[in-house]
Parts: sequence; C-alpha cells; structure tokens
Amino acid sequence: MAAQGRIVWVSGPAVKADGMSDAKMYETVTVGNSKLVGEVIRLTGDVAFIQVYESTSGLKPGEPVVGTGNPLSVLLGPGIIGQLYDGIQRPLRELSKASGSFIGRGITTSAVDMTKKYHFVPTASNGDEVSAGNIIGTVQETDLIEHSIMLPPDHAGGKLSNLVSEGDYDLETVLATTEKDGQSIEVKMYHKWPVRKPRPYNKRYDPTVPLLTGQRVIDTFFPIAKGGTGSIPGAFGTGKTVTLHQIAKWADSQVVVYIGCGERGNEMTEVLVEFPHLKDPRSGKPLMDRTVLVANTSNMPVAAREASIYTGVTIAEYYRDMGKDVVLVADSTSRWAESLREMSGRLEEMPAEEGYPSYLASRLAEFYERAGRVQAVGSPERDGSVTLIGAVSPSGGDFTEPVTTHTMRFIKTFWALDAKLAYSRHYPSINWMNSYSGYLADIAKWWSENISEDWFSIRSETYGILQREDTLKEIVRLLGPEALPDEEKLILEVARMVKIALLQQNSFDDVDTYCSPEKQFKLMKLCVDFYNQGQQALKEGAALSDIRELGVVSSLLKARMDVKDDEMPKLAQLDKDMQEQFKSISGVKVSN
Amino acid sequence: MTAEGGVQYSKIAEIKGPLVVVDDVENAAFDELVEIETTEGERRLGKVLEVGNGKAIVQVFEGTTGLSISGTKAKFVGKVMEMPVSKEVLGRVFDGLGKPKDGLPDPIADKFVDINGEPMNPEQREYPKDFIQTGVSVIDGLMTLVRGQKLPIFSGSGMSHNLLAAQIARQASVVGTQDDFAVVFAAIGVQYSEAEYFRRSLEESGALKRSVLFLNTADDPAIERIITPRVALTVAEYLAFDLGMHVLVVITDMTNYAEALREISAAREEVPGRKGYPGYLYTDLSTLYERAGKLNGRKGSVTQVPILSMPSDDITHPIPDLTGYITEGQIVVGRDLFRQGVYPPINILMSLSRLMKDGIGEGSTREDHSEVSNQVYDAYSRAQEVRALAGIVGKAGLTEIDLKYMDVGDTFEKEFLSQATDENRTIEETLALMWKIVSKLPKNEITKIKDKYVEQYYKEE
Repeated sequence: MAAQGRIVWVSGPAVKADGMSDAKMYETVTVGNSKLVGEVIRLTGDVAFIQVYESTSGLKPGEPVVGTGNPLSVLLGPGIIGQLYDGIQRPLRELSKASGSFIGRGITTSAVDMTKKYHFVPTASNGDEVSAGNIIGTVQETDLIEHSIMLPPDHAGGKLSNLVSEGDYDLETVLATTEKDGQSIEVKMYHKWPVRKPRPYNKRYDPTVPLLTGQRVIDTFFPIAKGGTGSIPGAFGTGKTVTLHQIAKWADSQVVVYIGCGERGNEMTEVLVEFPHLKDPRSGKPLMDRTVLVANTSNMPVAAREASIYTGVTIAEYYRDMGKDVVLVADSTSRWAESLREMSGRLEEMPAEEGYPSYLASRLAEFYERAGRVQAVGSPERDGSVTLIGAVSPSGGDFTEPVTTHTMRFIKTFWALDAKLAYSRHYPSINWMNSYSGYLADIAKWWSENISEDWFSIRSETYGILQREDTLKEIVRLLGPEALPDEEKLILEVARMVKIALLQQNSFDDVDTYCSPEKQFKLMKLCVDFYNQGQQALKEGAALSDIRELGVVSSLLKARMDVKDDEMPKLAQLDKDMQEQFKSISGVKVSN
Repeated sequence: MTAEGGVQYSKIAEIKGPLVVVDDVENAAFDELVEIETTEGERRLGKVLEVGNGKAIVQVFEGTTGLSISGTKAKFVGKVMEMPVSKEVLGRVFDGLGKPKDGLPDPIADKFVDINGEPMNPEQREYPKDFIQTGVSVIDGLMTLVRGQKLPIFSGSGMSHNLLAAQIARQASVVGTQDDFAVVFAAIGVQYSEAEYFRRSLEESGALKRSVLFLNTADDPAIERIITPRVALTVAEYLAFDLGMHVLVVITDMTNYAEALREISAAREEVPGRKGYPGYLYTDLSTLYERAGKLNGRKGSVTQVPILSMPSDDITHPIPDLTGYITEGQIVVGRDLFRQGVYPPINILMSLSRLMKDGIGEGSTREDHSEVSNQVYDAYSRAQEVRALAGIVGKAGLTEIDLKYMDVGDTFEKEFLSQATDENRTIEETLALMWKIVSKLPKNEITKIKDKYVEQYYKEE
C-alpha cells in the first residue's frame, strides 16, 4: 500500500512528512500539490525525511506526500544512447518541450520514446528454457550500438513462449512471455532497475586490457585498464574537464556515459554541440552514437546531483551486461560529495572531516566497486566492462582534503593535475612525478604483444630520464645550469624534449588530439634514441651546443602535430635523419 | 491565506542576527516573501528559510536592528520575491533590493519576475563563441572574452580591478556588428566612491542611458547583499532574453556577498564548511554565475564579469576557489605587477579563459591566434623561471637563450601588457604585438606554432 502523508516541515531540498508509516527507505514519493519527485532517506516513527529532486520554492506544510512503492529506478531499453538526461533520468529535451528554455518543476516524462519502433531480430526460440540475463533478441539502437534485449537480472526464468517473429516493434510490445510454475511473465524491450543496487554478474576478471585513450601521458605513462578505476584531481583551471572530454571522445570503448555532476551548463552544451560532429576514430561514425549524457549542472537541485552518479553507473552496467566495454566519466565527484554533505547537514547528522558525513568513504567505495570487467549473467556467455573515471575538485587544490584522500584509497590510477604545469600551459597538466597507475604491470603484456616487445624497457628508460631531471632541477635551482657537466645538461635537454614532444598534447589540434599507440611508442623511442646517441656523441667529443642545434630537434618537437597517425614512415625518416645528423657531429672536436 | 492582503501574524518568538522566528504560522510556504512591520510602522522585507511545526524562520533583508518581539508584525505575502521589469529600467539607479534610488518613481512594469530565476536547461543553451573585443590586449590576445561567458576578475584590496572592469564595460564590442547592448552594474557592499567611479565612467562614455545600476554600498544592510546580485541578474535576463539585448553584467564585490551568506548560515547554526562558510557556498554561487549564457533561438546574451577581492591575495580561499570552479576562467590581478605600476596588472600565468578556443581563430580573429597565444604563454612562463634563476645565480650564470627569454619578459610587460585606461587596441594590433614578442626568440625555440604561420608572421629584428 502506498504511503499517504502530509508535509510538516520544509527547508531547502529537505522535507519532513508525517503519516508515512507505510513508506520504505529509498522509496520515491511525490511531494506537494505540484508533484515534485523525492526520495525517502530516513524514517522516524511515522515521520519520513525526504530529499526532493526539484526546487521546493513555494512548498507549504500541509501539502500531500504520496508514496510510489518503488525505489528510485532507471528505465533500461533502446533509446538511451544519444540522450541528455537530468539526474533522475528525465530527458532534458523533453523537459524543454514542457517548460521552455528554463527548467520547470513537477514534469513527468518517459526516459525514452516508448512509441519508437525498433527492428527486432530474435536470437532465442519458443520453448527454450531461459533464465535471468538471457538475450532473446537484438535491435539496432544507433549505427554503432547493437542493443541486446535481455531478461532482467532478477527474472525468475522459465520456458520461453509467444516469442514474436522478426519485425518492427515499439517498447511496450510484449515480445515474449516466460512460463514457470503456471506463472506467465511478459518480456518487453525494456525493464527497470533500482539505481542504488549494483546489477549482478557471474564473475569478475582481472583488468589486463588497456583502455586506450589516445592521450600519450595516460596510455604510455599512467595507463588505465578496461574495468579499472581512475581519478583525476586538480584545482580549477588545471584542465580536468578538457582531459575528461578527451577520454570521452577517444577511449576505445563501445559506450561512453558522461556525468556532468554539479558542473557548468556550457560544458554539457559543448559536448552536445561537438560530439555529433566528431567521428569515432575506429568506426568513422559520430561519437554521439555511443554517448549518453547525464547532466545535473551546479545550479540544478542538489539532491538530484546525488542521484545522478547512480543513474549513470546503472546505465553503464546495463550496457556492460550486453557484453560491451563502457567508460563512465563523472565530473565531479567532489560536487556529489558536497550534495551528500548538504543533505547530511539538513538531517543534523554528526559531521566528520570538513563537515562531510562519516559515510563519505563507504559511499565512494561502493561507487568505485561498481567498476570491473565481468562475465555477464545469462547466456550466451559474454564479457563486458565498466571503467570508472572520476574527477575530484579539491578545495584550494589541496590533495589532503577528505574527498581526494578517500578517493585515493579506492582507485588504482591517479592522474594528479598540477596548477604549476597548467600555469605554464603544459597540457594535459598531469604531473608525472605525483601520478601513478596500478595497472602498469598488468597491461605491459598487451603492449609487448601488440606494439613492441621493448615497450616496457623503453618506457622505463624514458621515465628514468624524467626522474633524473627532477633531481637535477634542484641543483639547477641553487647553482644555475652551468654548474652541471654536459652529460647531465643533456638529461635536462632530453627531459624538455620528452615534455614537449610526448607529455604535452594539444587537444585543440586536429592531428595531436588523438595519438595512436604506434605513434606513441615511436615518438617515445625517438626521444630515447636521441638521448643515447647524444650521450655517445658527447663521449666521442661532440659539443652539447652542436647536439642542441641539430636540425632534427625541432622536427622531433613538432612531430606530434606534423605527423598524422597514418604517416608512420615520416617518423622512420626522422629516425634516419637523426642518426645521420649525429654522425656528422661525432668526433668533431669543437672548442668551447 | 487570502490572495490579497495576506494574514497578519503578530507573534514573533525570537530575533537572532539577521533572522526572526515567527510563531503560530499556519500557511506559509518555503521561500515565500515576508513583510515585516515595526512598531514605528517601518516596512522591511524578508523571506522564509525554513517552515514547519507552526514556526517559520525568516531572513530579514534590511537587518533586524530596531525590531522588537512585542510590537513587530509579520505578513506572509503569498509569493516569492519578484522584480518588476520593463524597458524603462534602462538608465535607472536602484538600491540593493531593486527599489528606485534616483528619486524617480517605480518604472512601469512589463512583468514581475521571480528574482531567483530558474536553471537554464543545458539542452537549450547555445554554446558561446562570439568574440568580444575589449580593446585590452592581454584579454583579447590571451584570455579572450566571448558573449555569454562568465569571466571573473580575481583581485585584491586596493588594486586596479575597477579601472579594468570600467574599461571593459566602455570598450567591449563585437567587431562588425551593431547589436543592441546594455550594461547591468551591481555594487555589493562597496565603498560609495567605487560605485560612483563606475557610474561616472559610464556617464562620460555616454553608456549610462543603456545601463542599469543596483547599488548596495558599504553602509547599506549586509543581508540585502543576498538580494542585490539576484535582482540585477533578473533584469539582465529580461533585457537579454525578452528584449534581445547583449548584456554585460559587472558585479563587485562577490566577497561581500559570500560574507553575508556566512552571516546567515552562522545565525542558523549550520555545520560550516571551510573557513566558516556554509557547505552550500558552491551551490549558492552557481545559482548566480550559471545565469550567464545564451539560449537557442533567442537573440540576446548575458555575459558576466564578477569582481571579487581575494582575502590576503589568497587564491585558495574558498570564495575565489569555488568561484573558479564555476566560472569559465578567471582574470587574476597580480600584486607584484601592480606595485611596479603596470596597468592592467594581470598575471597571465594564473589567468585563463575556457571559452577562448571557440571564440578565436579563422573567421573571428585570425587563424594563428591560438598557437601564437600558446607560444606567448610558454615564453613568458620561461621568462619568469629565468628571472627567478637570475635572482640566485646572477645574470652571468645564464645562458644566451636564457637572456633572450628575459628580454621577452620585459617586452611583454612594457609593450604588450601595459596599456592606458583609454587605449582601445584592435585585435590586429594585439596580434602584431604578440608576434613581436615571439619574434624575439630564435626559430628553433618556437615549438607551439605550425611552420606555415611562422613563415608568414615571424619577423626577426
């Protein structure tokens, strides 16, 4: 029986209602005469504490509160891809039809177009014994996405009957029924799933396949694996959003879920405007055909911001269950944590650090645990993955604040953005000394099998040069560069080369924005070869100034922008030129 | 409650700081406007912050000084606070609550609008990309402003941010268009002289008749400051989206706004976040800043240039910090440059315009703009490193190339950054100056510009 209560207290997004003894925890309710959407987050006697997902301006004590009997759920079916949702899966395009350019309240819409017809191709047959998670057919959702129609993960199973033949059906059509113990259950193209409950899977695998993002500092230096977790903390202006956009654009996954959680409205607009025109580098189709956006911008109601993370990750798990690799990008988990803090404050809970609730860490852990490469429930057997990448916006750029420190406990790849690098326009401003990746050893195998056997050793050598530079910099700071011997000055030179030619990447340059694994490796190898040949030349008596002025230096620095992914011979030519130029200066004694 | 007249409540249970608690409330709504009448018959405005269990907590905008528990009456008006708007607001001066301050009667309202506004639907936003030429080289060249952007000025006490904001307001134009424009100026808790400087500056340039001023000066009630930016932005939105004008909103000083917010939060005994500011400071600030933008299918735009003074010049202080996370970049005024007498004293390395990339380039400024600006940033950043090094090892310890970078730093500050307050440079002049700086470097130091542009624009002296 649905609870029927009445409002007794209102303060911002928090509402108390009495007469709610029938309400369940995390049940959704409609609040007030304008039927705002809310969720029960605490029950005391017959008083329910409700967080409201819309503006409560004008709400009065005495107005009705009605339970729906259901927890906050998302609708999962074809039509999700390409949408821009708010935090509780209402399509913003539909909301604008109802309330114009600004977001109104109390509007109910369907998450997907229920009347749109999809061409259904059955893959099971009548009479099959089916169980939860089984695929009974497919529809083509977009050019890029073949959408599997699955029995819900909590389906009781049974014998499949009344399966329709191939043809065009809308979402409400009963495609089949299952019969078990005299009970018949209808199967449609969609089902609903509660957002706070992770979707089940059969088993988990170790993440050993890299998620290629085309960003050199990520793929080569601090890689993330499919099904892994990563975090990207940084003060404002360090390029968090641009880096996340780059991952959303170029990651080699089949589906991207982008959550704008308490961030700028124009950033979501940018994705909406840009993605339909950008082509997926592998399929050549528009990127929007694989992207779902969940937007709860900073000025939208704060409770829905809390929900948006769960809405997004549940959609990601749904596509994972079809056997797809999904990347979920959440910008920013700090704003999500702040919404927890705000509700916690209204509940008058005892605060922990900086006013955040004591359960902040466990909520973050629960969220990041929903990542993974798994074998999905049901047949046919299929593997999919959800990779979770969360931005963190530490206040004052201080990485010791609660959200950053707790996040670091639950993720394995840490891309630390550095304001100093950003100030000198070194983008992406990922600090190579403070960042780390826990997947390096696991995915080295992929690189050695697919790109080059020396990948790991060349990478270590490159990273070694950067580490040496970091120590030498201290000396330079005290004594000036002239205090160093030539071999060490060469380290500084090559480190600068690595920074410009490799670590920096211009996301707004047509060529440089995406870098193939082959090109990443070749560029890195050129830097290392330059270093080794340079040291050799110094031993043979060449002057450092000659090495510095080799013509190949400036070509190497600009190769990331000048050489397209399909022009690898140009890099081979560069390699040849380099060897010849070194030959020309070796052995030539030059007096300083 | 009846629609007209409202209900009179006389029982005020408690007065603390800016808040009053009203008892025996039966029919008040959250966020509702409240009229408070003192024993002397003076009327003040407030709004409901919390309602329930027969009580309402009301925030009084004009402050609670002089209120008494026995004689004060509270009336719930039955609607949220609204601002009357019409084309006639142009050229007018209002106080911090939107009441006329220039001795003229209320403008005849075209309509009444909720001052809190509603969030723009991100799906309905138009991505901002029209280049605004401010005539200030450092802004146009390195941190370009576009229509619909929110680009704050982070400054410190006593520095020349007001001069800069006034110069932007006078000179801002979109090259090659004759669109309707307007300036909305909101002064929040600033000194009278600062507000007056801005007014005179608009008057002298003839822009006053296209401007709307909202003035809450330092001697006005602090709690009123919560309302001032909201009425200003409500008017700005009306001018932009109902009348199709391009509106530049200058708000100064956001630090005073945040402090008023902290005062209310403290009076409500809320759990504080950093430095005593409420945990929802970010969300609250965003409800102001996010009101900048452009909308699909509508002509106008709201561009915001909020000014805030960083307490002790600390950019990690919660106010600039949270602002920077919401706004689309920041213009940082630097104390060192200010002391050296440079105007505008902008620290370019800490400054940034996020929307620059789409506002510049072929068709709006010039195709080489993005790359040459990257190179200038890079060169100036190197110049700063070299200067620091020279401070330790002396000029003698520097290499030849280091000395070139020092030269770049000097040229940059003397010829490019420095500018008179009435000097209006075109984008072509600005770009030429940038190439002049870059041309001081040998060609193999130019790593961020494609060869074809180097060939075209690089001029060795």
